[in-house]
Amino acid sequence: MSKAPKLATGDWRPRLRAAGLTLPLLAFVAATFAAPLATMLVRSVHDPVVADALPATLAALEDWDGLSLPGEEAFAAAARELARARDERTLGRVAGRVNRVRSGLRSVVAVTGRRLPDGPAGSWRATLTAIDPAWAEVESWHALRTAGERFTARHYLAALDLRRLPDGSVVRQEADRRIHLRLFARTLWVSLGVTFLCLLLGYPLAHHIAHAPSRRAGALLALVLVPFWTSLLVRTTSWIVLLQGQGVVNDLLVGIGLVPDDGRLALVYNMTGTFIAMTHVLLPFMVLPLYSVMRAIPRSHMNAATSLGASAPQAFARVYWPQTLPGVGAGCLLVFILAIGYYITPALVGGSSGQLISNMVAYHMQTSLNWGLAAALSAIILACVLGLYLLYDRVAGAERASLA
Amino acid sequence: MVRYLSMMPNPAPSRHPPHVEFGGVSKSYDGRVLAVRDLNLAVRRGEFLSLLGPSGSGKTTILMMLAGFETLTSGAIRIDGRSVHALPPRRRGIGMVFQDYALFPHMTVAKNLSFPLEVRGIDPARQSELVDRALALVRLEGFGGRRPGQLSGGQRQRVAIARALVFEPELVLMDEPLGALDRHLREEMQYEIRRIHRTLGVTIVYVTHDQQEAMVMSDRIAVLRDGMLEQAAPPEALYEEPERSFVARFIGENNRLHGRVAKIRDELCEVRVGDETVTGLRVVECSEGDRVTLSIRPERVEIQPEAGRYTNDFEAHLEQITFVGDHLRLRMETCGREGFIAKIPNVLGQGRVLEGDRIRVGWTPTDCRVLDHGGPREGEGE
Ligand SMILES: Nc1ncnc2c1ncn2[C@@H]1O[C@H](COP(=O)(O)OP(=O)(O)OP(=O)(O)O)[C@@H](O)[C@H]1O
Ligand SMILES: [Mg+2]
Repeated sequence: MSKAPKLATGDWRPRLRAAGLTLPLLAFVAATFAAPLATMLVRSVHDPVVADALPATLAALEDWDGLSLPGEEAFAAAARELARARDERTLGRVAGRVNRVRSGLRSVVAVTGRRLPDGPAGSWRATLTAIDPAWAEVESWHALRTAGERFTARHYLAALDLRRLPDGSVVRQEADRRIHLRLFARTLWVSLGVTFLCLLLGYPLAHHIAHAPSRRAGALLALVLVPFWTSLLVRTTSWIVLLQGQGVVNDLLVGIGLVPDDGRLALVYNMTGTFIAMTHVLLPFMVLPLYSVMRAIPRSHMNAATSLGASAPQAFARVYWPQTLPGVGAGCLLVFILAIGYYITPALVGGSSGQLISNMVAYHMQTSLNWGLAAALSAIILACVLGLYLLYDRVAGAERASLA
Repeated sequence: MVRYLSMMPNPAPSRHPPHVEFGGVSKSYDGRVLAVRDLNLAVRRGEFLSLLGPSGSGKTTILMMLAGFETLTSGAIRIDGRSVHALPPRRRGIGMVFQDYALFPHMTVAKNLSFPLEVRGIDPARQSELVDRALALVRLEGFGGRRPGQLSGGQRQRVAIARALVFEPELVLMDEPLGALDRHLREEMQYEIRRIHRTLGVTIVYVTHDQQEAMVMSDRIAVLRDGMLEQAAPPEALYEEPERSFVARFIGENNRLHGRVAKIRDELCEVRVGDETVTGLRVVECSEGDRVTLSIRPERVEIQPEAGRYTNDFEAHLEQITFVGDHLRLRMETCGREGFIAKIPNVLGQGRVLEGDRIRVGWTPTDCRVLDHGGPREGEGE
């Protein structure tokens, strides 16, 4: 390989000024995208609430063997710091954090904090145990110690339905508390299904538009794009109108006698609704890349294939389909990535069986306020998408290189 | 009514039907305008026939109908005497070279060439043998591993030709295959295609709008105009003996004089052109008073002829003399027409004339063809 001759670089100031024009964009991206993303990633592993509120307690627990109850020293520190947390009004947050590690501890911590007397009646250990017998359980102190980790993997463990035992080993969550993996699997499954449906519906449509006379092609393309002009909310709610028990589709099916009146199909507020609505919303993202690739394939290619003796299926499989692969790849990737993070549509039409992982993220953001877990879940989604993209880029990149 | 007295002898009657035969073929895309009208044309086995005509004259349409990509509005196409109406393109066994080559970009050259063999289920060893032979034929040995995107225009062209030939079709159609090439490459490819035609003895129907190209390559040229066949004849005949004023205008250079038939004398007739009477060879059947066009090749016009040598002997006003190397081009006004051209050999002492001179010109009646008047053809509602 010969090196390209180095060109005179010339005056750098105009170029710097030109680069300066992109500064507003860079600032915008940094403020609205990079910073929140970084915050989220940090939040998924960093949780200082308990560590800041109970430093002495946690210090006292440091050399605790974890088998029997900790010593009086730890009980005293806990009492002192819970009282302080009560006075500084952080008790609720601390209780919430501990509760996430071991449910049921919220009230234990909160009630104890509120009922703490100024001095111990006998030992602090007796006092606390009197307020709530949970203080006499080793597991409560384990929970306190875990919640006190400033940097922690517990959100990721929780996101993957894992938990850590007091001895440090990682095991699966009890069966009735495993929800995330199932949701991840369902999300993956729905995304793949929606991608496949979009391809199945979008491919012939894109083909038709790409090879229609230009007037009709323009009109059809506009029809594909019309959904973009209406609000996502409007589109999704109109699906409810169409699909509900007394909706248009069911009325039609009953009307033509395909379905008995008392056996109307449950098309919405379940997985079916999520599938239908998501496929509809994401279809344009499949059609557009396919269309642009198909437009570039001259009609003469198919004519050439048939004149060379190929049957229509042969001509399609050998000549047309391979040339559309870049569009198929781009469209599938786009739809899949959008589907994996889809939120509004499943939230509105999914019912309880049609919820996806992003609805869980939203739940932890808005309702349970477990932002650490929400962040961990999001980070896992992000990693999946990035991995997928890299995979696609490798495959497509190799393809491009061999085409060049 | 004008009818044609064909100067061409009919093709020798043969026991075999022609390879390709268009019988009264018409085609309309929109149900109103005819892109091809009542085409009757036969192509002999092994013949190189060019379809020549200006843009929009229906050349591609004819090829597409023959290949089976367009339906006929009426008439029939027969290959070896059998109508191909019900035959899909893939069963017609026609090799086709498309104007844009239509090479498959995702396949290597070798894969492009083996495609027609694969879909025919030919065994792989035989496939590579045929592919190698086709590549050798177009002189592209060693290019089998390349993709079409890695070839020059001329090489792509040759791959397209090789692909149309590799499965050994007896009939090959080429739609302006050299349109995109520069002049040098064009001439080289014209030669190559001729060579391949001679080597393989296939029948080739070739579309072009370049009359030079058609003249160089063809055994016979079919001149088209607005979807109608004007004349089909070997290049020499087309040049020397045009039967239609459109052909006379389209092929080479011709002086055209317009007038009305004054008197008919056997195969000759006298035509009133302005104030003069010109005698010409009657190519179309016509009667007195008909409007006709006279066509005279510039190289058949003599300057300052001996007095009394020609019946067509007229005064002319010499406007311009152009030196064109081996000949001189004289532009003059005669018989009431400006821009009348005569070409004379550049020989020393050839009738010394100067621009602005009044001179005399002459030509024999047999070099002066009486053709149709050249307006829209009958049936088109003048
Ligand atoms: N698919 C089509 N639909 C409608 N009209 C068509 C179609 N293809 C061709 N035509 C019309 O038929 C006529 C003949 O077209 P054709 O393509 O056969 O011309 P051509 O002789 O090949 O011209 P060129 O030298 O420009 O390629 C033209 O008037 C053209 O507009
Ligand atoms: Mg054409």
